[in-house]
Amino acid sequence: MTESKEARHPVLKVRDLKVYYETPKGDVLAVDGINFDLYEGETLGLVGESGCGKSTAAMGILQLVVPPGRIAGGEVLLEGHSLLGLPENMLRSIRWIKLALIPQGAMNSLNPTMKVCDQIKDVIIAHEGKRARKDIRQRILKLLATVGLPGRVYDMYPHELSGGMKQRVCIAMAIALNPTIIIADEATSALDVVVQRIVAQTLLKVKQALGVSMIMIGHDMGLMAQMVDRIAVMYAGKIVEIAPVADLFANPRHPYSQLLIESIPSLKERKPLKITEGITHDPRNPPPGCIFQLRCPFVMDKCRVVAPPGLEVKPGQIVACHLYQENKDGSMVNVANAAGNT
Amino acid sequence: MSQMLLEIRNATKIYTQRALGGGKREVVALQDFNLSIPRQPASIITIAGESGSGKTTLAQVVLGFTHLTSGQIIFDGQDMSTADARQMKAYRRQVQAVFQDPFGVYNPFYRVEHVFNIVINNFGLSSGKSARREMIEQALNIVGLRGEDVLRKYPHQLSGGQRQRIMMARAYMINPRLIVADEPVSMVDASLRASILDVMIRLKEEIGISFLYITHDLSTAYQIGDQIYILYQGTIAEKGNTVNVIDRPHHPYVQLLVDSVPVPDPNVKWKGEIFLPAEEEMRSSVHSGCRFYPRCPQRMDRCLQAQPPLYPVDTRDHQVSCYLYASEVAAEAKM
Repeated sequence: MTESKEARHPVLKVRDLKVYYETPKGDVLAVDGINFDLYEGETLGLVGESGCGKSTAAMGILQLVVPPGRIAGGEVLLEGHSLLGLPENMLRSIRWIKLALIPQGAMNSLNPTMKVCDQIKDVIIAHEGKRARKDIRQRILKLLATVGLPGRVYDMYPHELSGGMKQRVCIAMAIALNPTIIIADEATSALDVVVQRIVAQTLLKVKQALGVSMIMIGHDMGLMAQMVDRIAVMYAGKIVEIAPVADLFANPRHPYSQLLIESIPSLKERKPLKITEGITHDPRNPPPGCIFQLRCPFVMDKCRVVAPPGLEVKPGQIVACHLYQENKDGSMVNVANAAGNT
Repeated sequence: MSQMLLEIRNATKIYTQRALGGGKREVVALQDFNLSIPRQPASIITIAGESGSGKTTLAQVVLGFTHLTSGQIIFDGQDMSTADARQMKAYRRQVQAVFQDPFGVYNPFYRVEHVFNIVINNFGLSSGKSARREMIEQALNIVGLRGEDVLRKYPHQLSGGQRQRIMMARAYMINPRLIVADEPVSMVDASLRASILDVMIRLKEEIGISFLYITHDLSTAYQIGDQIYILYQGTIAEKGNTVNVIDRPHHPYVQLLVDSVPVPDPNVKWKGEIFLPAEEEMRSSVHSGCRFYPRCPQRMDRCLQAQPPLYPVDTRDHQVSCYLYASEVAAEAKM
């Protein structure tokens, strides 16, 4: 974990990003105005149930949204420069060099007819131009060693590798050009626990060695607890809470975050199951006010009218919920508790 | 008559692959596997293991999708390999399945009610529209859904959790005694898994249906399972009461497995680093000795000679296939 605060400048700023999908019955608001910063060297987790827009947010950051999707507004600033509206050739030179993606089911994204070495070579040559064969070989072998793979993988085809090894080849490809930011979309979700642990540890080691920033998308809260520094909780296209990982687990503030934490199956004790439904409203037509109102156990009249703004209840912990209000003296108060819970 | 609902005796399943160049390659998916599920009380039996451990082969064998290379499956006292067509149909009715993929099992062109109509017609469960409707409604209520909310919908309009619960309702309607649930929650969102697990518990406790719950996820098994069998490359590594096995794992593989489950607490991090030998080395010792030998940190020469039998540890039904516990048995015998 990065304790030091000296170099806390954001490498990526996402401001009011909106990604909508067009359908005959109106736009699906997949990502509806999200804000966050990614600091240098940190790992940010992006969690939420399927359909909450977390993968779409990644595509929005990478400017890889394809029709019927479109970026409907907002800004993505990479080291201060806006990515929106850049011509495709500029974006191509940024992707992979600055912003690398480990896609969902990455192990199936390898080309089955190409050897591992040729696939990694493609990445290097496409972005840096031709290099001496010997140099490239050295570089690829070093990359494979970085992700903990033996040198003989160099000459192997994807089908000769296990799932975890393929996943690590994808990590090697992602770091081939020393990116500033890696976006890992469910990078370990299709793996067995032991292999998942190995891949996750590889990812952590690589991150530390290269000092890159990382956005980890997933829904496994256990994995998040192991890997990330800060965590952003998404619900139906909005970030409802963002906090340092320890604070979010110890003291989740948003009712949805609370529900997420409570529904983690434990290996420590048997407890009654916490049953919930999924996203219940039509994503084309979200209710006015708070996005979570239909499932919220603490819903108030205000929630049905006004969308709650983000409020920093604790340094670094920002919550979008009417339960929390700032007192005149600047202290925070939980409205429900203050009213005596009648 | 046997006291067991389902008995699997010495089940072995070998898949033969034809290798390039005419040679044959055998993959032992399941070897000398034994399992029994009592008639009473209903229970949830977990089969856990990583991919390639043979857990899905086991499900396929129990469901009759593939046949054993050797060994027996005995359901309600009847050896299924000698069953005639009528007995097979009865068996299919009593043993139902819920699969991993809640998206793939539906025909996207039909409304949800179609799923129920098919089984009612196939098994002749009811005649008359109102009786049929009532039957479906009751099944849906069991899984916490209402007919008017879901029946007229198309599969894509439902969440993964709802779809999987409808599959449970469908299975329930046929009034089975055993449901084989092959990874029923792995493709469903973590926050929605509880709704499916809850249905399993209720079907077990209220209706008396037993489950063969096949999963790679120890934490859900820990929450709902009665007995657990942890497989490693087609053999039982450890079995026993779920809470005992996971709280006090004995087999080195099971210890590694339990230890690798990410703890949902940022203050409790993974300890140490682990490495895996290459794929080909891991499968090499398949034909003799302990399957875990290539990866085992505590391996002994003895482990290569023969597959270790199941040794009891702490309680009688907690058993471990590992020579590390052979001495405990000897010590116990002296007492």
